[in-house]
Amino acid sequence: MEILVCVKRVPDTAENEIEMNSAGNDIERDDLVYSVNEWDNYAVEEAIQIVDKVGGSVTVVTVGDEDSDEILRREMAMGAEKGLLATDDAFSGSDCKGIATILKGVVAKGQYDLIMTGAQADEGYGAVGGMLAAMMDVPYASLVNKVDVQDGKLVIGREIQGGSQEMNEITLPCVLSIQTGINEPRYVGIRGIRKVSSVEIPELSASDLGVDAGSVGEAAAKVKKVDYFVPEKGEGAEMLEGSTDEIIEKLIEILKANGGLK
Amino acid sequence: MAQIYAYIEHHDGVLDDTAMELVVAGKKIAAGPVTAIVTGSGIDAVASEAAKIYPEVIKIDTPALAYPNAEVIRKALVNILPSGAIVLLPHGPFGMDLGPGLSIKMDSSFASDIVDIEGTDGNLVKLIRQEFGGVVSVHVTSDISSGAVLCVRPGAMAPDESKSASGKITDKSGDAGDLSANRKFLEIVEPEAGDVDITKADVLVSIGRGIEDQENIGIAQELADAMGAVVSCSRPIVDAKWLEPARQVGTSGNTVKPKVYMACGISGSFQHLGGIKGGFIIAINKNPNAPIFQVANVGIVADILEFMPALTEKLQG
Amino acid sequence: MEPLVAPSNYYFLGFFPAVIFSLLIPAVGVGLFTYIMAKRFEPLYKAAPDHRLDNIPERIIRLFKFGIGQYKQPRYMLAGVLHIIIFAGFMILSIRSISLVVIGVSSDFVLPGFDGILGVVYNFIKDYAATAVFFAALVAAIRRGVYKPKRYAVPEKYGKDHTAEAVFVCGMIMTLMVSESLFEAAVIAHGMHHGFVAPLTLVWFFTLILKMVPQGGQQFFHILAYYIHDITFFTFLCFLPLGKHFHVITSLMNVFLMRLNTGNIKPVKYGISDEQLDDLKSFGVKNLEDFTWKHILDFYSCADCGRCSDQCPANLVGRPLSPRFISIKARDLLFNTYPLKSDAEIPEKKPLIGSIYTPDEIWSCTTCGACEQECPICIEYIDKIVDLRRGMVDDGEVPQTLQKPLQAIGKRGNPWGKMEKKRADWARDKEFAADCNVGLFENGDTFETLYFVDSISSYDDRMVGIAKSTAKILDAVGIDFGVLGKDEKDSGNEVRRFGEEMLFQDLKRHNTDMIAETGVKSIITSDPHALNALKNDYPEMKLPVEHISQVITRYVKSGDLKLKSVADNSKVYTYHDPCYLGRHNSIYDDPRDALDAIPGLRRVEMAKFRDRSLCCSGGGLMLFYEPEEEERMAVIRVKMAAEAGANVIVTACPFCLVNMEDAIKVAGLDGQVEAIDLAELVEQHIDK
Repeated sequence: MEILVCVKRVPDTAENEIEMNSAGNDIERDDLVYSVNEWDNYAVEEAIQIVDKVGGSVTVVTVGDEDSDEILRREMAMGAEKGLLATDDAFSGSDCKGIATILKGVVAKGQYDLIMTGAQADEGYGAVGGMLAAMMDVPYASLVNKVDVQDGKLVIGREIQGGSQEMNEITLPCVLSIQTGINEPRYVGIRGIRKVSSVEIPELSASDLGVDAGSVGEAAAKVKKVDYFVPEKGEGAEMLEGSTDEIIEKLIEILKANGGLK
Repeated sequence: MAQIYAYIEHHDGVLDDTAMELVVAGKKIAAGPVTAIVTGSGIDAVASEAAKIYPEVIKIDTPALAYPNAEVIRKALVNILPSGAIVLLPHGPFGMDLGPGLSIKMDSSFASDIVDIEGTDGNLVKLIRQEFGGVVSVHVTSDISSGAVLCVRPGAMAPDESKSASGKITDKSGDAGDLSANRKFLEIVEPEAGDVDITKADVLVSIGRGIEDQENIGIAQELADAMGAVVSCSRPIVDAKWLEPARQVGTSGNTVKPKVYMACGISGSFQHLGGIKGGFIIAINKNPNAPIFQVANVGIVADILEFMPALTEKLQG
Repeated sequence: MEPLVAPSNYYFLGFFPAVIFSLLIPAVGVGLFTYIMAKRFEPLYKAAPDHRLDNIPERIIRLFKFGIGQYKQPRYMLAGVLHIIIFAGFMILSIRSISLVVIGVSSDFVLPGFDGILGVVYNFIKDYAATAVFFAALVAAIRRGVYKPKRYAVPEKYGKDHTAEAVFVCGMIMTLMVSESLFEAAVIAHGMHHGFVAPLTLVWFFTLILKMVPQGGQQFFHILAYYIHDITFFTFLCFLPLGKHFHVITSLMNVFLMRLNTGNIKPVKYGISDEQLDDLKSFGVKNLEDFTWKHILDFYSCADCGRCSDQCPANLVGRPLSPRFISIKARDLLFNTYPLKSDAEIPEKKPLIGSIYTPDEIWSCTTCGACEQECPICIEYIDKIVDLRRGMVDDGEVPQTLQKPLQAIGKRGNPWGKMEKKRADWARDKEFAADCNVGLFENGDTFETLYFVDSISSYDDRMVGIAKSTAKILDAVGIDFGVLGKDEKDSGNEVRRFGEEMLFQDLKRHNTDMIAETGVKSIITSDPHALNALKNDYPEMKLPVEHISQVITRYVKSGDLKLKSVADNSKVYTYHDPCYLGRHNSIYDDPRDALDAIPGLRRVEMAKFRDRSLCCSGGGLMLFYEPEEEERMAVIRVKMAAEAGANVIVTACPFCLVNMEDAIKVAGLDGQVEAIDLAELVEQHIDK
């Protein structure tokens, strides 16, 4: 099975303390460290495990600039055979639809049976996989936490509320967005990355991909970030006071407002 | 302004709470009426319930929609909705499945996990989202000139519980068109008892040494059940073998990213806090100086063994 | 009186010359033994290289101390004394055994030099030696066969019980002693020997009995004893390399070839420099032959005495690790993979992890070094564990809980992924800075001494207290010091021990360069893990490294650090030896001296202390590992402190403090026992 996994370079929440910049309109980006989006990493591991079982190869692709090279190599060190970097000035500022449009161009350049993305990213909308599938007119499943390869189709599990799993049968080719916890991604050390440091990663521009530059990038983006801000919050915890009944009343309001009650 | 639609989720014949929230979200975009869309098989009762909230209800009632398969529902919606429609979805496993593809087929814009809507300015609707586990918020604009699909975080909008509408139900089952699909629903697999994954839970009731005794674990479980939450804990509870290691939060346990983390009787050690990445933290502790209060959003000084049963009782009504 | 016929002149049934047996038995025995040894040599030959012939004088000293001197044996008194008796007896009797073999051919044979007074003295000594060995073996057999000390039990998951083998060997030893004595006693009883018979020896006893036997009977016992001895001797020789008694042959060599240094970790491959590491196809130990030849010799040498596992904290708390079986399982696999019989079925070649070892077994080790400290024949474990981990890291098999901190160290230089620029925030804390101004090299200032803080004391809200106290002590004694701040990265002590060698190399290079840039002349740290890494794993960094406890004691002794009387007289203190201060760096006395320098301080020792200190469950990345265990090491430790009558546990390591403070809560000893770092305690008692 030929599998394409779409990955993204993101600031790693575990290794960053997100703070506002001095202007107060964006997060402080000077000191950020980046890594592959955690969900994407599970997708690559799943793809490798599928290929280990049924044969084929895994290709990883990202839309980004030369900085994204490191995450492609990281995923190649895990076991992805090929890396592709879709990069073009015209791509910058793309929204989800723009990214999906670029990826559609990447898919058209190969012969893939299965396309995977991570279910979401910390900075993202969890939309690229679903959009790509709709553009390609192939079936899609989100939040996939189990993949079982069968003849010409997959049996997949989706994570739904309450820890339940929704089992589906899906025809190939298709797009799946992969949820964390589906597997235990292998460790990639510095040594593994160095081993693939000299592998060539083809760069694909808008024209290479047959993508109309007007359909991607900032100009085409319908969804845009305006600014960052920190919601008003006092020092430490807001202490609830009063009688137990009063506290409980307030707490229930707070729980509801924050999605703490079902 | 284009027409606004809200997709109504329902389970076992009962409307999801988001039905009361999306109507509020719709009003925040524009003043006009919001139309509910109810799909399924044999859903008259559900549609009537929706009509208490929405002035207009579109019903698509056909056996093909007995299970909410996003691919099938997408086809139906594309056939039924006018171009330029604004569609509101609950941001959840179903909305994530349906929304992105629907926006492509409708050629409209898409945004998800919206926590608030600040109104519309010309063709732009101003949305608020959260990033990095809720540490920072972002203002986002979405161009709705050719419609939009917007997934709203459940619980983010104060629900309209008035149920004062007496909406008109329109049956559009006949317009749904071809509902064949390449993705076929097979079954729901319930989680095995004891086989919890606290990293996936939206709401955690987490207990620490304040629980004092193994016999008191049940108090936490009852509260979690009432809240629709999962019980997690700090390391001492696992060490004492009162709960299984799968439930431990901390650097040596699981890293969790819930929406709400209710820390009950947890003092908040470095190792424990290291396992909480984002989410709204509510701390309940006897000790007003417990470090957990430094990081919590809301704090309550109380004995959890008294407070938790009281809260449970209140929630169970 | 008919003279007694010697075996060399004896004819069985009057016609068959016994000398044929005297020649045949040794020939077959030596031949078989040579064959077995050659087979045993094969894996040593195929194994990875090792460098063990440096510093020969020191090696000879170690051979005499640990080998001939049996230095570690009495750490287990009864077993140790029995072993010393048997070992010394064997050394003495080996001379007799060799001459006996020759006597079977030539009855008058005497070893050169043994025909005079030396021979008389030797005979006297060896009779007592044989008697002592006999009784030692008897006690050992009863102990192993009847009382069955728990230490020798073999849990089902690790294989079959070895009691039968142990008792069988004791039986063989006794047979050798009895037959040798009986052979000699027949001669004396026959009146052919007029020398002095050592009283109360086996020979003396058998002589008394044989004197009551008719002459024909004496002849019978003389010949019978000889050939029983001859057959047993060569059977024993060939039996040795088949099991745990291989140590009889290998252990002196093993001790001579032991690791001379402690604290450091072996290179990935001997003979490959750090710069050449990228060229290696595979890292660490994945298959048997990836072990070094010395490590294979270790497996052969393991006497299965179980002392390592008896001291192993992982084994104690029920983690799936028992160092003894790291050796025994590998030895059994070696024997099966390199069988003696050519038609034997060779097990399919499989990676060690997943066949004889499990990942959890290998991750369970805290590298505390208790096993190595205990092993009477200096078998190494930490290097093997680290090599096995290197293999797993190379294959990406790292537990999820460890991947995050490893990645964070790679990106940010600390396992929590905290920002570099906040590394010296503890020193900028207003209240503290008003009291003590800590210099920062990152500001371009220079100082004589570097205080290497390391990750946990830089970032952990509780452990920054150790950094602050250390800084105040250094300030009080007038040391001109600074900290690296954002330029300091994790020392990598655990990174290396968890098998992530390349990340360790990066950290080492970074810190070495940064330290070199500062131009400091010495380094002080309050973290024993940092101390160990800087001292033992940073060979390019030649600066002296000291732990704060050493500094305190030095300045107390010189009179430059004055401590005031202990504040609370109700407190009883006990000192917990951190593994990386004690066992790995032999710093036992300085922290105790520092404590004793506080006037009026009452100090007791726990049941396990100094080189038998119980690991608190480890530091660094170990904090992130989720072991399968029944109890926590630190909980056992704090209970031990309470039993010793202490209510304050003083340690000298931030990780020990984390574990102790947690364990006090878990053990329900809140309010009864407290834990404090030595630096904090001393700082509280500085007499300004």
